[in-house]
Amino acid sequence: MDSNIEQPEKPVISKGIDGFFKDIYNIFLFLIRIFKEAFKRPIEAREIIRQCYQVGYKSLALITMTGFITGLVFTKQSRPSLSEFGATSWLPSLIAIAVIRALAPLVTALICAGKVGSGIGAELASMRVTEQIDAMEVSAINPFKFLVVTRVMATTISIPILVAYTGLVGLLGSFLDIHLNEQTSFTSFFQEAWKNIYFLDFITTGVKAVVFGFTIGVVSCYQGYNATQGTQGVGKAANISVVVSMFLIFLEEVFIVQIANSIR
Amino acid sequence: MNEKVIDIHDLYKSFGSNHVLRGIDIDVHKGENVVVLGRSGTGKSVLIKIIAGLLQPDAGTVNVLGQEVDKLDSVALRELRLKVGFCFQHGALYDSMTVGENLAFPLKRNTPNIKQEQVKRMVSVVLEAVGLAKTIDQMPSELSGGQRKRIGIARTLILRPDIMLYDEPTAGLDPITCTEINNLINEVQRRFHTSSIIITHDLACAKQTGDKIVVMKEGKFVKQGNFEEVFSTQDDLIKEFYDYNFIQ
Repeated sequence: MDSNIEQPEKPVISKGIDGFFKDIYNIFLFLIRIFKEAFKRPIEAREIIRQCYQVGYKSLALITMTGFITGLVFTKQSRPSLSEFGATSWLPSLIAIAVIRALAPLVTALICAGKVGSGIGAELASMRVTEQIDAMEVSAINPFKFLVVTRVMATTISIPILVAYTGLVGLLGSFLDIHLNEQTSFTSFFQEAWKNIYFLDFITTGVKAVVFGFTIGVVSCYQGYNATQGTQGVGKAANISVVVSMFLIFLEEVFIVQIANSIR
Repeated sequence: MNEKVIDIHDLYKSFGSNHVLRGIDIDVHKGENVVVLGRSGTGKSVLIKIIAGLLQPDAGTVNVLGQEVDKLDSVALRELRLKVGFCFQHGALYDSMTVGENLAFPLKRNTPNIKQEQVKRMVSVVLEAVGLAKTIDQMPSELSGGQRKRIGIARTLILRPDIMLYDEPTAGLDPITCTEINNLINEVQRRFHTSSIIITHDLACAKQTGDKIVVMKEGKFVKQGNFEEVFSTQDDLIKEFYDYNFIQ
């Protein structure tokens, strides 16, 4: 009967390369499962709302401060260069393009990758190593749907809202600096700001925000849900969630900007 | 003899080169408490995780309440799990929920149309059964190790399972709390008419709770019977186990 016992697998190429491809395959299966479970009943609306509150509302203070300072500092840094050419009147337009096209989605996503991604990674990993996920499973509860799908949906919904908010707060920060230096009114600042912003910019930023939110949710849930090695695994899951999310966010940024520019 | 509720035949399980279970055969009859005794790392917990469908066997059959666990689809497995309660070694309580919410959670999830009043009533019934009615609003972090295990048992009982699987129910507890947990296991068997598999390396637990004892060594069962039968043997491993628990 010992012939039935599974023999240790020999690596095809090397342990590291095999592991990398195995990870890619597992992430692919993880993604398929998310889409499959997302459309199954029950919808878990209450848990999604609770997670949106955790992701969105609880990040608001940090996002407000960062967004406002980003707008303010970017304006301060841009003024000397523009004033050399006597073009300070272009400031609102320049800042709006920078904030709406790039800074708002990127800054929000990076902050959420750090704050929300590490939180989700650590929480799910801790549930895994303390057998709370197994406890759900043996209680006939689908932990994947309850823990993973709801969190991925929450980040995908909340981060676009946070991006819109960051954009607005960033422009307010910029307005404050311009108002103090050039005595520009609120109305003329925003009239000037929207001049070079087109519908495609909103679409691109919206797509970026959704993709970034989905990425943070998937990466952190994958790391947390598949955590091993006890308490050490919790720290590792939180850390890898942040690093991988940020790396993917930059890659996606480049990719989406390329596509948007080819359409423009 | 009562009907079999668990029937395992020629069960094998390995993790890579680590061969954990090597041909396990075990029957559990209705209303019976079976204790699986063995040193750490002999595959005891793996055995009950396979019974609960948390792990897949490599070979052999695992029949629980007339159904082969590893051949069930997700819907059928979910149905079966409602009848099989699993008590984890450290309780595995959801640490973001209060004790009351921990107990209500599986109940609400598995009976969507249940009324809030009924949930409250059932929560207080199981909390009283484990003697911890006053902890309903406490967080798991505020409970002692013994209390966490009791709440873990209560959370399992709320779904009224036919079978209870206990993973090291007395590990890490003082002797008095151990006795309380052992009494609770017997009380659960009497009051809720459950059949149980109790995984332990604690002979006092085995003696107090087991109708049948099986001793496991290196992934195989080496002896089974009632407590007196098992420990009347001259087998070195069993003698060593007995001496360590009761003399040292």
